[in-house]
Amino acid sequence: MGGRDVRTLIIGVIGALVLIFAIPLFTEVYTLYNLTVFAVLAILTLSLGLVWGMGGIIALGQSAFFGVGAYAYAVVTLNLGDSTWGVLAAIVVPALFAVALGYFTFFGRISDVYFAVISLTVPLILLSLINTASGPAYQIGKVNIGGYNGIPAVPPLNIPFMPGTELSFDGMYYMAALSLLAVYLLLRVIVVSRFGRTVIAVRENELRAELLGYDARLYKLGVFCIGAAIAGFAGALYAAWGSSIGPGVFSMSFAAQVVVWVLLGGLGTLLGPIIGCFLVQGLTTWLGGVSQLNPEITLGALFVAAVLLIPSGIVPALRNRLTARVKGK
Amino acid sequence: MLETQDLWRTFGGVAAVAGVNFSLQEGELRCLIGANGAGKSTFFKMLTGQIKPSSGRIRLFGKDVTGAQPFAIARMGVGVKTQVPNLFNQLSVHENIYLSARRTMADAQARRATHEMLERIQMLEHAQTLTGTLAHGHRQWVELGMILAVRPRLVLLDEPAAGMTVGEVERTIALLEQLRGQCTFIVVEHDMHFIRRIAERVTVFHRGRVLVEDTMEGVLRNEEVRDAYLGQHGKEAR
Repeated sequence: MGGRDVRTLIIGVIGALVLIFAIPLFTEVYTLYNLTVFAVLAILTLSLGLVWGMGGIIALGQSAFFGVGAYAYAVVTLNLGDSTWGVLAAIVVPALFAVALGYFTFFGRISDVYFAVISLTVPLILLSLINTASGPAYQIGKVNIGGYNGIPAVPPLNIPFMPGTELSFDGMYYMAALSLLAVYLLLRVIVVSRFGRTVIAVRENELRAELLGYDARLYKLGVFCIGAAIAGFAGALYAAWGSSIGPGVFSMSFAAQVVVWVLLGGLGTLLGPIIGCFLVQGLTTWLGGVSQLNPEITLGALFVAAVLLIPSGIVPALRNRLTARVKGK
Repeated sequence: MLETQDLWRTFGGVAAVAGVNFSLQEGELRCLIGANGAGKSTFFKMLTGQIKPSSGRIRLFGKDVTGAQPFAIARMGVGVKTQVPNLFNQLSVHENIYLSARRTMADAQARRATHEMLERIQMLEHAQTLTGTLAHGHRQWVELGMILAVRPRLVLLDEPAAGMTVGEVERTIALLEQLRGQCTFIVVEHDMHFIRRIAERVTVFHRGRVLVEDTMEGVLRNEEVRDAYLGQHGKEAR
C-alpha cells in the first residue's frame, strides 16, 4: 500500500465513523433497525468478497457458515447465559467446519467449478437437516434446535464477560456498523499482507504458485477458513439482532442473494460487496413500501440491466471511469 | 543430481513415456528434443510433479521424489518455465518476481533480488506494468526472471525461445551462457538453431523412449535420429 492509499484509507475511515455516528441523529427507529441488519449482512457479503474475489474460490454456499454461526451463537448463549462465548463459538465452529470441508475439497484437488457446486449443496443439506431436527431428541443442553420453527428468544449481545449488561437497540446498531468497519479494515490488512498477496497469486495462477514452492491448497484453506469465521461472526450478530434464528438462513434464495450482492458490487474489490449489499437491501425495503411496483420484477429487471451494462460490478465500473477521466486530463 | 529409472506414464493404454532412464550431472545444460508426441512434455511434467508417473522412480538431489507435489519439488531448488508462460496476470511485473523471491528470502533481500533481476532481464521500466498486458516475449522474460530470482539449483525450461523475436532469442542465449555452470539446466526445445547454440549434450526422445543421448554433433550425424525426427530440421541445422 502506497502513501496515497493510506491517506485515502484514513480519510475514508474518518468519513465512515462520522457517518456511523451521525446517522442515528437523523433517522427514525425503523431505518436504524434496517441499517443494523444491512450492516450485518454486509459483513457476510464481505466474507464472500474475500473468499471469492480475493481467493478465487467460488463459494456459492458461503451463507452456510453464516447460518452455522447464528445457530452456534444461539445454542451457546442460551446455554451459558453470556453472549461472549456465543460470539466466540459463532467464529470458531464455522471456521472448523470450513477446515473440514476445505480439507477434503482443496487437498482432494477438486476443481473450481466442482467446488462451487459442492459448496452450494452445503446450505441445502443443512437446511433439510435442520428442518427435520424437531422434537425432544434434538436438544443441545437447554436448547432445542426446533426444526422448521428454529430457536426463539435468542439473547441479545452483552458486554464481554458481563452477562446481564445487554446492548440497547442503539448499541446493537453501533456494534453492527463498527464491526462492519473493523472487518473491512481487517480484510484490507489481510489483502496487502504477505499471506494475502500469495492468496491473490494462487487465484491468478495456481500452477505458477505451486511451481514457485507455495502450497496452494494451504493458502486456499486459510482464506476459506477466515471467510467462514467472518461469516459466522455475522451470523451471531444476525441472531442477536433478530432474537431468533430459523432454517431460512440455509435456503437457496438466501445463498443466492449473497452471491448477487457480491457480483453487483464488484468481485475482486472489498468496497463492492458492502455497496452491493446496502444497495439491494435498501432497494428491496423501499420497493416493499411502494405499492405500484412489484419488488421482485423490479429487482429482477435491475439485475438484468446491471449484468448487461456493468458486468464487472458497480465499484470496478466506477473505478475504471474515474481512472479514465484522470488519465484523460 | 537427477535420475529417473524405468519411468512410465500411460494415458488410457497409450504410453506417452515408456521406460525412460535418464540421468543428469550437476552443472550440465541438457537439451531434450523429439517430435511432437515423443513424450518430452509428459516427461518434463513428471519431473516437475505436475503429472504422477504410472511406474518407475525419480530421484532428485539424492532423494526419491516420485509422485511428489509440484510445490515440494520447487522447494528443493527447482525452477520451472512452462511452455506457455504461467504468470500472475493481475499483478505487476515487480510483484511477480518479488513473490518468487519472497518465498525463500526476507523482505529486504527479496526486494533487492527483485530489483537485480529486473535489471538483468531489462524490465525495470516495466516494473509496475501488469503482466497480463505484456507482449509474449516480455512474458517469457518475466517468467525466466521469476525462476532465476531465487537462484535455483536445477532449472527446467520448456521451449524458452518459443514466440520470441530474433533479438530476444539472442538475449536468452546470452543469459543461459552467463548462467552456464552456476546451475543445472534441462531445456526442451524445438528450435534447432537455438539448440545448436547452447547444447552440450542432447537427449532425443522418440515414441516415449530415449532414442539417443549424445553431443549435438553426434546427434546430428546419427542416422536413426535423422530418420525419426530431424529430417528437414537436421539439414537446416547443418
